[in-house]
Amino acid sequence: MLLTRGLEERLEILLKQGHLVGSIYRSLGQEATAVGSAFALGAGDWLAPSIRDMGALLVRGLDVRDVLRQYTARGTSLCAGKDNTNHFTVPELGLLGPISPLGTQLCVLNGVALAFQQRRQSCVCMTYQGEGASRTSASHEGFALAAALGLPIVVWLEHNRWAFGTPSSRESAVGDWLDAAAMYGVPAQSVDGNDVVAVYAAARTAVDRARTGGGMTILVAETYRMLGHAQHDAQKYVLEAELEQWRARDPIDRCVAVLSHMGASGAELDGIRRTVAAELDQAVDEVLAEPPPLADDARTRVYASANLDAAVPWTRGPVPGYGGIAPHVRLRT
Amino acid sequence: MSELRETTYLEAIRDAMAEEMRRDDRVFILGEDIGVYGGAFKITEGFLQEFGADRVIDTPISEAAIVGAAIGAAHMGLRPIAEMQFIDFIAPAFDMIVNFAAKSRYRTGIGAGLVIRGPCGGGSRSGPFHSQNVESYFVNVAGLKMVAPATARDAKGLLTAAIRDPDPVLYFEHKYLYRRVKEMLPIEEEIVVPLGVARTHRAGSDLTIVTYGGMLYKTAEAAELIAGEDGAEVEVIDLRSLRPLDTDAIVASVRKTGRLLIVHEASEFGGFAGEITAQVSEHAFEWLDAPIRRVAALNTPVPYAAALEDYYLPQVDDIAAAARWLLAY
Ligand SMILES: Cc1ncc(C[n+]2csc(CCOP(=O)(O)OP(=O)(O)O)c2C)c(N)n1
Repeated sequence: MLLTRGLEERLEILLKQGHLVGSIYRSLGQEATAVGSAFALGAGDWLAPSIRDMGALLVRGLDVRDVLRQYTARGTSLCAGKDNTNHFTVPELGLLGPISPLGTQLCVLNGVALAFQQRRQSCVCMTYQGEGASRTSASHEGFALAAALGLPIVVWLEHNRWAFGTPSSRESAVGDWLDAAAMYGVPAQSVDGNDVVAVYAAARTAVDRARTGGGMTILVAETYRMLGHAQHDAQKYVLEAELEQWRARDPIDRCVAVLSHMGASGAELDGIRRTVAAELDQAVDEVLAEPPPLADDARTRVYASANLDAAVPWTRGPVPGYGGIAPHVRLRT
Repeated sequence: MSELRETTYLEAIRDAMAEEMRRDDRVFILGEDIGVYGGAFKITEGFLQEFGADRVIDTPISEAAIVGAAIGAAHMGLRPIAEMQFIDFIAPAFDMIVNFAAKSRYRTGIGAGLVIRGPCGGGSRSGPFHSQNVESYFVNVAGLKMVAPATARDAKGLLTAAIRDPDPVLYFEHKYLYRRVKEMLPIEEEIVVPLGVARTHRAGSDLTIVTYGGMLYKTAEAAELIAGEDGAEVEVIDLRSLRPLDTDAIVASVRKTGRLLIVHEASEFGGFAGEITAQVSEHAFEWLDAPIRRVAALNTPVPYAAALEDYYLPQVDDIAAAARWLLAY
């Protein structure tokens, strides 16, 4: 959780410094959901984090440098500078990335689960979506299919109260989002999304159920988006009192309290913070020294065969029939 | 003459909707984050306060439901404007648009006069899902109209016309132009730009360049460059509407200049330039002194990294190079 928060803070700094362009969808205050749940998976399982699930990516083993490379559009990034934000599909880590169009990811993860079923592998899939994303037709279809086929999938509905500038009360008429989860006819449960231990426990139960043929589970993480949708959103529509209430439930503070209660010393915890900071410092330095992609790489990897790479635009290459652009204009007389 | 005010492209869109909503209480808008938040780009800021929650409807994230509801409301005689937060997210509504809205009049005699609008286009380092130009996904569908304004005046006038139109209109607003394009426009004066009528942006006799939307400015820059350096005069036609297409304007210009270049920001393969090329070879082949050429984006998704996106997008130099090639032909 510290690494997640620290990494997102670094990204914001890099944005301010102009090293990256675009938006960072912070998971501040929600880190426990992504982190605790991802720990419930094992090797061979697949995870499909949404944009606010940075923590799950890191638990799964994604290198912070790969995150930094993608955000700062390095040529060395896993996507070669072609995609942005938290879109990471890395089969070796069992990661299926989202696309921006919301609600689509579950449908595709269903296919991963189908492959597990067909191969008689007892592997499990887990994914996340905001309560807003869960309103899309793709999401509803994804739930319907996974439930009907009994696929080994755990879906987290991250109820963080806001979808961009729209409150969750406007996304659905349900008062309790557990009701929205329950309509698909599979086991559903509410979880304190800011309690990393509770999240892990619920995820573990659901993962075990899926692994043993019990099908899909939907878990509703009750949490709060502590910042605006992205940096351009000052979240003026949020009541300060509400933020204050949720600040008191900060997942890292709560985890620290539990660890202290269990005997972790202040020095130990500070040591962890220092290690995280040092790792991030080094990663940022390393990545910023790496080059951007070459313009010409824009043409590649559209198809499997390099023969099908996009052509060099005719205006930039040798001009057909002339071998070059004529040096002067011959106007018609 | 009413008073003039400097109006951005974005404000022109806002003004068109607000003024039409004041004039006609059948007009309403629905979409994501448009009410309380005022729209992802703040286009509908203040609308909720002025027009109330009945006419400024914050929806769940549900593009199919947004467009579906707009179609139903249109059947009932209302004049809905459905906002896609980014035009890329029109994809979930594809069925509603292509199979419900577009075919409605043909099948049932009942039209669906609605506007679906949203920000399109690249240049802002927004990656593959917030930068697309989607016109060619829809242009083959009979029953749809499609506009892509480039100037503030046209942004306002085409939107007003689209709202009043009895058929479904897709309105593509280029987000790169939102705050960069400004123009003096009359305050509170009705501007209506009829659908299906192109505009000559720059007159010339040596080469016709047909373009629309975000590419107008790069094209105009290339035309000026060539006028200054080569002494050739390029005619720049801003289509404004893609469907209906003002074929007459294109053909008349090509018959005058004998040379045609088409520039668009969407990918080249299967892009709108193909249709224009076919129209011109059908209606002006004998007047052509050179092959028809096009400058468009690479046939790839829109990449994120600056170097990649700049290479992907048509640039002024590309347009100038193509124009010179044609002029020299
Ligand atoms: C189909 C689609 N429509 C609209 C958007 C624009 N959009 C991006 S994030 C977002 C809000 C998401 O809210 P939620 O799913 O609750 O997730 P949260 O941001 O709260 O984590 C919206 C409307 C999109 N990405 N995809």
